Amino acid sequence: MPRTIPAPVVTVETQKFWDAARAGRFTVPFCAACGKAHWYPRAICPFCDNGSIEWREASGKGTIYTFSVMRRAKEPYAIAYVTLAEGPTMMTNIVDCDFDALDIGQPVAVVFAATEDGPPVPMFKPE
Amino acid sequence: MTIKGRAYIAGAYEHPTRHAPDKTVAQLHAEVALGALADAGLTRADVDGYFCAGDAPGPGPASMAEYLNLKLRHVDSTELGGTSYVALAAHAAEAIALGKCNVALITLAGRPRSEGMATGTTPRLRDPNQPEAGWEFPYGLTTANGYAMCAMRHMHQYGTTPAQLASIKVAASHHAQHNPNAMLPDVVTVEDVLNSPVIADPLHRLDCCVISDGGGALIVVRPEIAKTLNRPPVKIIGAGETVKHLAGGTFDLTTSGAARSGPAAFSESGITPADIKYVSIYDSFTITVLIQIEDLGFCEKGAGGKFVADGNLISGVGKLPFNTDGGGLCNNHPANRGGMTKVIEAVRQLRGEAHPAVQVKNCDLALAQGTGMQLGTRHCSATLIMERQ
Repeated sequence: MPRTIPAPVVTVETQKFWDAARAGRFTVPFCAACGKAHWYPRAICPFCDNGSIEWREASGKGTIYTFSVMRRAKEPYAIAYVTLAEGPTMMTNIVDCDFDALDIGQPVAVVFAATEDGPPVPMFKPE
Repeated sequence: MTIKGRAYIAGAYEHPTRHAPDKTVAQLHAEVALGALADAGLTRADVDGYFCAGDAPGPGPASMAEYLNLKLRHVDSTELGGTSYVALAAHAAEAIALGKCNVALITLAGRPRSEGMATGTTPRLRDPNQPEAGWEFPYGLTTANGYAMCAMRHMHQYGTTPAQLASIKVAASHHAQHNPNAMLPDVVTVEDVLNSPVIADPLHRLDCCVISDGGGALIVVRPEIAKTLNRPPVKIIGAGETVKHLAGGTFDLTTSGAARSGPAAFSESGITPADIKYVSIYDSFTITVLIQIEDLGFCEKGAGGKFVADGNLISGVGKLPFNTDGGGLCNNHPANRGGMTKVIEAVRQLRGEAHPAVQVKNCDLALAQGTGMQLGTRHCSATLIMERQ
């Protein structure tokens, strides 16, 4: 990783996500009541207000919704929103890629990136 | 219940400084407060309502109320980011309509330039208790690349081009050349913008607003008081506010909260976008302007690129003269918050006191629109419609 990734903020609401991430598993929160996935993860479903959230292992597949290569940085990096196969769109970085070849709609797959002193965070690389 | 016609903007003052290493933030708040009171023809003793936002030193209104030695019966500290002051003008009108105060003072000031703040290009963990913090900070979200992602999506969805975005800066620079206080008074071309360094694709350095010290203030009063004053009265006739966010991961980054706050303001005022003679549109970046003018209905969604490239934003040339002070793009973005100067320039236009080279003829209806915080994630939007009396 050219850029040092700061550790994510881990809370009691999201501990299970980060535990899974440490084990290399990318999980997405689904509501047990309405069946919808949401992002960012929270303990209460933003669509139906139910408090029964299940962490399901996700496909790790998605497409780029939008992106921007940050040029004014020591090491340029690509911030992006990726729409997951499971439905919601999440903020992330696109890594292991040619920045000039990135495109909206491009299929991507999850990879975990090490952080400074915390669990790894999900990023994506072109398929 | 409506605020339409229930309150008037009687005083408006923009601090002339753009670099204030020799002043404190509290001092700047006080200077703009006194400037706006003098403009209105009122004194500090007349103020019975005080309104401020997150730039006021200390939590809420207490520190500045003490510094200014105000005697208050109504206070409101509402933090909506850079658009706070557009909303606070409406909140002041609400309080006046309810009889909670007679003379409302709204202040903004800050010194990001003196403090050397890398406003738009440094990732910042603002508050770890913000529930989204862990899901954004590690990815290097900055102000610039957040807005850049909106621009990239708008280009993909509607065919908008970097040259069209650049024409927004060109329009602002045409206005700024007449403003002796503007930070960037030189007229620029589309090529100048496209040749400036890329900050975050597709936004160039000249797609971004300036970083400046300074501030501004407004005085909002009851109609009975406005009638006793010598300044041309500016009537508040409608307002709207909202928050637009990522909605659980189901969002469209090509729209802003203006799509909700705008119609609310038009509905309250009983007018339509075609009636508006002048607009102040928050211009943190060129893309911010494009998205808001579409969302307010000044052109069709997705048609903003052509609309701005045709010169429609230039006073005396186009259909929708905007930011005739040069805006945040060229003039001033005090405290990294552009909402106050948006209302102030609208007041100048309605009073007929804008620079003669950019004054809109027969300017009887004006709109000020702001978005605060981050268009690429969550932001507050406020719309204010004003009428010359």
